[in-house]
Amino acid sequence: MRIIFILSLCIPILFSCKKSDITKPEPLPELIIPADTNGFFEIHINNVVNNNPLALGTNTYTNLNTDTFSVDILQYYFTNVELHTLSGDTFKEVESYYLVDQANPNSLHLMVKGVPRADYSSISFMIGVDSKRNISGAQTGALDPMLGMFWTWSTGYIMAKMEGYSPQSGAANKKLAFHIGGFSGVNSAIKKVNLTFPNSANVTPSHTPILTLKADLASWFASPNLVSFNTMFSISSVSSSSKAIADNYANMFSVISVTN
Amino acid sequence: MKYFFLISSLVFLFTACSVDPEINPIISNDDVKEIIPEGWPTPSYNFSNNPLTPDGFTLGRALFYEPMLSSDNSISCGSCHQQFAAFANGGHDFSHGVGGLLGNRNGPAIQNLNWNTSFMHDGGVNHIEVQPAGPITNPVEMNETLSNVVAKLSSSGKYKQLFSKAFGDETVTTQRMFKAMAQFMGTMYSYNSKYDKVKKGTETFSVSEQNGYNLFVQKCATCHKEPLFSDYELRNNGLSVNVNLKDSGRAHITHNLSDLYKFKTPSLRNIEKTGPYMHDGRFYTLEQCLDHYVSGIVISSTLAPELQSGSISLTVQEKTDIIAFLKTLTDTKFLTDSRFSETN
Repeated sequence: MRIIFILSLCIPILFSCKKSDITKPEPLPELIIPADTNGFFEIHINNVVNNNPLALGTNTYTNLNTDTFSVDILQYYFTNVELHTLSGDTFKEVESYYLVDQANPNSLHLMVKGVPRADYSSISFMIGVDSKRNISGAQTGALDPMLGMFWTWSTGYIMAKMEGYSPQSGAANKKLAFHIGGFSGVNSAIKKVNLTFPNSANVTPSHTPILTLKADLASWFASPNLVSFNTMFSISSVSSSSKAIADNYANMFSVISVTN
Repeated sequence: MKYFFLISSLVFLFTACSVDPEINPIISNDDVKEIIPEGWPTPSYNFSNNPLTPDGFTLGRALFYEPMLSSDNSISCGSCHQQFAAFANGGHDFSHGVGGLLGNRNGPAIQNLNWNTSFMHDGGVNHIEVQPAGPITNPVEMNETLSNVVAKLSSSGKYKQLFSKAFGDETVTTQRMFKAMAQFMGTMYSYNSKYDKVKKGTETFSVSEQNGYNLFVQKCATCHKEPLFSDYELRNNGLSVNVNLKDSGRAHITHNLSDLYKFKTPSLRNIEKTGPYMHDGRFYTLEQCLDHYVSGIVISSTLAPELQSGSISLTVQEKTDIIAFLKTLTDTKFLTDSRFSETN
C-alpha cells in the first residue's frame, strides 16, 4: 500500500518535468528517397580582373575608364541555384545560399546538394539574397548577419561588396568601397544569371561534375554603366548608383568549363 | 531496501526538477503565451517560426539585461530601456552609449512590438528579430560586433546552459540569440490600463477623462489609432528642424526628399511614463506635446496631411482633460511585472 502511495507521488513529479508540448515542433515525416537518386554538383569560381587572377592586396588592375585600382575585399552572395536539363526539367536547391569571399579559398568551391540524376545543360542563380530572406527576420548559415553582409540600420543584405584603393578615387583617402544592396523597388540589386554549358554536366549518385565559372570584377565598372572612380568611389546604401553597379555585375559571370 | 531505492529515486527526480537559482522568477508555460487582446488587430509578427517556450523567454531576458552585448561590457539593452518607463529611457532625451557617447534619437518604449510594422524612429528595421542588431552595432550605443557577441556568449558557462535549455545544445548563433530576444520582447504586452478596463466595462472614466477621451477620438485618434494608439505610419508631425542634429528621419533610409523629417508615429500607451517625448526627446511634459499641436506646427512640404490645417485647436480645459485621459493609458501591471524585470 505504502509503495503504491509513493509511486503515485512520483507520477505527478514526472509529469511536472515534462517539457512543454510547444517546445519542439513535430518532426516532419521522413521523405523516402531512393538511395541512388541524388548526387552532387560542384561549382568552382575563379574571381578575375580583366582575365587576370584576382589577388587581394597590392596587385593593381585597370578599369575600362583606365583608372588603376587594387582590391582588399571581394564578397558576394551566390544563391538560389537551379539546374536545367535540355528536356526542360529544373532542379532547385533547397536552402541554396553561398557567400563567396575571395579571402576564403573554401568559399570559392560550392557543393550543390540533393541533385537528381540527370544530364544538365544550364544553370541559373542569383547574385544577391532573394527578397523573402530580407524580410523574414533572423537568418543563419551563409546569411548570418555577423558575416558583415547585412545592414543593421536599414534592414537588408549587402548583396556584393568590393573594397580597395585607387589613386583616381575621389575619396580623400583614395579608398574604394562599394557595398551594393537593395531587395525591392526600382533600385533592387538582385540579379538573376543564366548560363548555358558548352557540354552537358552528368550527375549521378557516384559522379559529381565540376562547373568552373569565371567572375570578372572589371565588369562591375564597365557596362552598361561606365564607372569613373573619381566620381563614384563609395556606395553604402540603396540608390540609382548601387543599381548601376548591380546592372553591371549582372554580366560578370561566364562559363570556363564543365568537367565530367 | 526497496523503500530506500524508491526514496533515492524520488530524490533524483526532485533534483532533476530543481531550477537554476540564477533564473528567477521561474517562468512557466502560462507566462509566455501569445496574446491578442480582444478587439485588437492581427499582429504583424507571430511566433509560428519561433515557438515560445519558458526557456527561450528566459534566455531572451538574460540577453536583454546582458552588458556583454556592448563592446566594453558596460551597457545592456535594459540600461536604456527601463521597465518603470515602459522600457523607454526615463528622463533622457538621448541615451548614453559606451564611453559616455550620446545618440541623437530618444530611446523608444518597448511594448506590444508584435503589432509594429517597422522598427526604429525612421522605420529602417523591418523585423522584430533583427532589430537588436541595430543598437548592438551602433558606434554610439553598444558599439559591438555580432561576431564578438557570439564569441563572448559562447565562452560563458551561464549562456552555455541557457542556450542548451532553450535550443537543445549550447551552440550560440545570432539567429538563436535574436529569436530568444524576440520571445522576450514580443511578449511584453501592455493591455491592462484603466482605458482597457473601461473598454471592458469593469471601470469607468472620471468626467475629465471621459471628456478627454472624446476629444482624443475627435482630434488625435486618426494617427494614434486605438487600441494600440498608433497606426505605425511614418509622418512629419511639424516639429521644427533641430539644426544641430540635422536628422532627416525617414529620408535617411529612403533618400527620398518626400520622406524628409518623417518619423514613426509612436504608441501613446504608458505615455505618462515614457517621457521625454518626440524622436529627439525635446519635450519633457505632455503639456508641451499638446502645445506643439496647438501652436507649434511648422508647415513644410512633407507635413502630415492630417496636420495640414497647421493647428489643432484646444482650450486649456481641453488640454487638461486630454492629459487626464492619456494617464489612463498607464498600465501599472506591465510596469511592475516581474517577468520582465532584471534578475541578477
